[in-house]
Amino acid sequence: MAEKLTITIDGVEVQAQPGQTILDAADGAGIYIPRLCAHPDLKPIGSCRVCTVIVDGRPQAACVKPVADGMTIENNTPELLEHRRNLIDMMFVEGNHFCMFCEKSGNCELQALAYRFGISAPQYPFQFPAKDVDASHPDVMLDHNRCIMCARCVRASQELDGKNVFQSIGRGFERKIGVNGERDLADTDMDVKDRAADICPVGCIIKKRVGFEIPVGERKYDHKPIGSEIEEGEYV
Amino acid sequence: MGDAMKIEQICKSFNNDRTRLMDIVRTIQETFGYVPPEHYELIAREANTHRVEVESVVSFYSFLSDRKQGGVVLRLCNDIIDRFKGADAVAEAFEKELGISMGETTPDGLFTLEWTACIGMSDQAPAALANDTVLTHLTPEKVPGILEALRKNPDPQALVAECGDGGNADPLVKAMVQNNICERGEVLLADNDPEAGLRKAMEKTPEEVIADMKESGLRGRGGAGFLAGLKWEFTRNAKGDGKYILCNADEGEPGTFKDRVLLTERADLMIEGMTVAAYCIGAETGIVYLRAEYAYLRALLEEVLNRRRAAGLLGNSICGRDGFNFDIRIQMGAGAYVCGEESSLISSCEGTRGDPGDRPPFPAIAGYKVAPTAVNNVETYCCAARVMDKGPVWFENIGTEHSSGTKMLSICGDCERPGIYELPFGVTVAELLEKVGAENAAAVQIGGPSGQMLDRSQYGRAISFEDLPTGGSIMVFGRQRDLLEVVDAFMEFFVDESCGYCVPCRVGNVLLRNRLERIRNGKGIPEDLAYLEKLGISTRRMSRCGLGQTSPNPILSTLENFRPIYNALVREDRSGLAKSFDVLRAVEPACELTGRRSVIFHA
Repeated sequence: MAEKLTITIDGVEVQAQPGQTILDAADGAGIYIPRLCAHPDLKPIGSCRVCTVIVDGRPQAACVKPVADGMTIENNTPELLEHRRNLIDMMFVEGNHFCMFCEKSGNCELQALAYRFGISAPQYPFQFPAKDVDASHPDVMLDHNRCIMCARCVRASQELDGKNVFQSIGRGFERKIGVNGERDLADTDMDVKDRAADICPVGCIIKKRVGFEIPVGERKYDHKPIGSEIEEGEYV
Repeated sequence: MGDAMKIEQICKSFNNDRTRLMDIVRTIQETFGYVPPEHYELIAREANTHRVEVESVVSFYSFLSDRKQGGVVLRLCNDIIDRFKGADAVAEAFEKELGISMGETTPDGLFTLEWTACIGMSDQAPAALANDTVLTHLTPEKVPGILEALRKNPDPQALVAECGDGGNADPLVKAMVQNNICERGEVLLADNDPEAGLRKAMEKTPEEVIADMKESGLRGRGGAGFLAGLKWEFTRNAKGDGKYILCNADEGEPGTFKDRVLLTERADLMIEGMTVAAYCIGAETGIVYLRAEYAYLRALLEEVLNRRRAAGLLGNSICGRDGFNFDIRIQMGAGAYVCGEESSLISSCEGTRGDPGDRPPFPAIAGYKVAPTAVNNVETYCCAARVMDKGPVWFENIGTEHSSGTKMLSICGDCERPGIYELPFGVTVAELLEKVGAENAAAVQIGGPSGQMLDRSQYGRAISFEDLPTGGSIMVFGRQRDLLEVVDAFMEFFVDESCGYCVPCRVGNVLLRNRLERIRNGKGIPEDLAYLEKLGISTRRMSRCGLGQTSPNPILSTLENFRPIYNALVREDRSGLAKSFDVLRAVEPACELTGRRSVIFHA
């Protein structure tokens, strides 16, 4: 049997396995650390920073930081809650997120996080950047207005689909998700059955002809806030 | 030969190796004047990667372009020192003479005009690059002559009428750059006994060398100040074959130009230090990551490497020692400040975009090509060679308790004697200002934009890891300067140089800069100062790498040390209108469409 480690999250002792990340260990113990770019089926990359916790005094992204015996971790502190709220606000204003007519509404992890944090409107001014919509593909749409650069699609395509449909291009505020084709998504080997078509936390990559299929009231986050499944110990 | 065939040949010259993609696209850019997007597919096929990976690399580095550039690319340095010395007037003169704006290429395809981040010539500003050739002390009056000469002979090297001092006059360099060495310390710029450090190191065991290095207290000169000996010990003890020694010659912090002088005058010492590191770590391969701005020094460095190979100081059986094999290649950068961060530098050496990596694992455990790798700065390797020659105690006795040795400082701005000062750690800001002739300085920026701005009350503080750490950049500002213009330029720099990987750095810096501009435009309210503070702290605390963790410093440190400047600019607003909303700008398109002004808002 593998040796067990003990870490402390907000004063609660948590058992962890060697090699686990802080995020995995917390999930296992029913402690929710908010996150966006992390996904259980993908290698973590720590790009959204929402899961940042304080480890022995230093900020670290819980999704990439491996556990070590005796670690003391702060998660649910007023300082971190404010920083996380600020990050969520940043993601809203750097893109063009119109929840009221976005078909991801109710199933969107960014929107759900905002609700969990009690955000009704971002505190920062909207940047209203000009972004493209790539509707070239017969079955999948790419709406860059809603992209938060979490690179889940990049990883899913490489790690789960054995392809290389997406990659980050540009840098800084101009950074965006590029596609592996001459011009747009239709020029790639993207398939609607790819995991990459399904893994976007927001409404950037969406499947055509299934929009608004789930009625209001039955959507993923209509009844319980995001993270409840972890806090209730139902997370797999 | 057709374009496709040329590209195939270029890829082949780098063994169709995906990890040499940086060199492949750089060479293609040199050959074609850009990296043609219509050939991304071909490049990808030849380099065993994907089209989008090629686009990813080309779009990341500012010296690479997917649009055809002019035969001569003029890159004007836009750091604040150059601007204060007249870079804007020089830019205007170029624009006027060429009939184009910054960022454009002349219709005849002869010239491209661009701004670029600090090129390491702040002591001879305003400066620019014409392709790889450095132009210093520019004035608007010189511009017509420069362009006339380039129209007659498109080789910018012909513009160098008179070479600078020392290595700048070497036939392989021939640069108008001046070293501006104002003070030589005993460690780096004093005369040294060539190869004495390497010889003495090889008389000891690798463990003894590491013990000496640790005892000397030599800390990394790039800024973070990690003990070099400890780093080498970790790398030596890490499991894995084929370890690497990397030298960071990518000084990109605006106002830093000290590695430029070490590379020009102390290249042998640097390579000697790398060889000592290779000896004690057991590495067979080294890489010098040279910033694109210093491409003019490349031929000199290649020559130094060749000379050392011929003398048995590099290659197989170094100094006749069986089994001590070590060689070095030069990896050219392509214009990205973030690549000075060690994990980004490694990514760049591996031929990908320079996004930083996660730690752990540290490079000492899994660095270049996932092998144990020691990454140190040019100055650190130079110091290491000297420690081995003169002994750890000698080195440890120079400087302060926690900062051994001397520090190469590059001082620029509003002072009488800008240049290089090699001084023992512990020197105070006041002493520095006296040396450079700037006793009346209104503010001093220590450590470049990522460092801090000091007011007069803090000039008694000392340059050292325990008080004022710096990679070497010291900028002096006189009373005539608008310090918030400085802060604005620094924030612009970080916005331009953020890789965009993580949210706080990608977005936070843009929001910080926008709010600062609003304050500078006289539209700020007192609450904006708390907004800047909170946003700055979130960006600092939540960012992934050192760039984002320090990028709010220009704002945070001036809010702390120069608060009255901000207070004088903001005023209470009782209009009840949201300041983030500019109604006149919002109605602009409507006014244009209707052909009249707004009755309400233009009243």
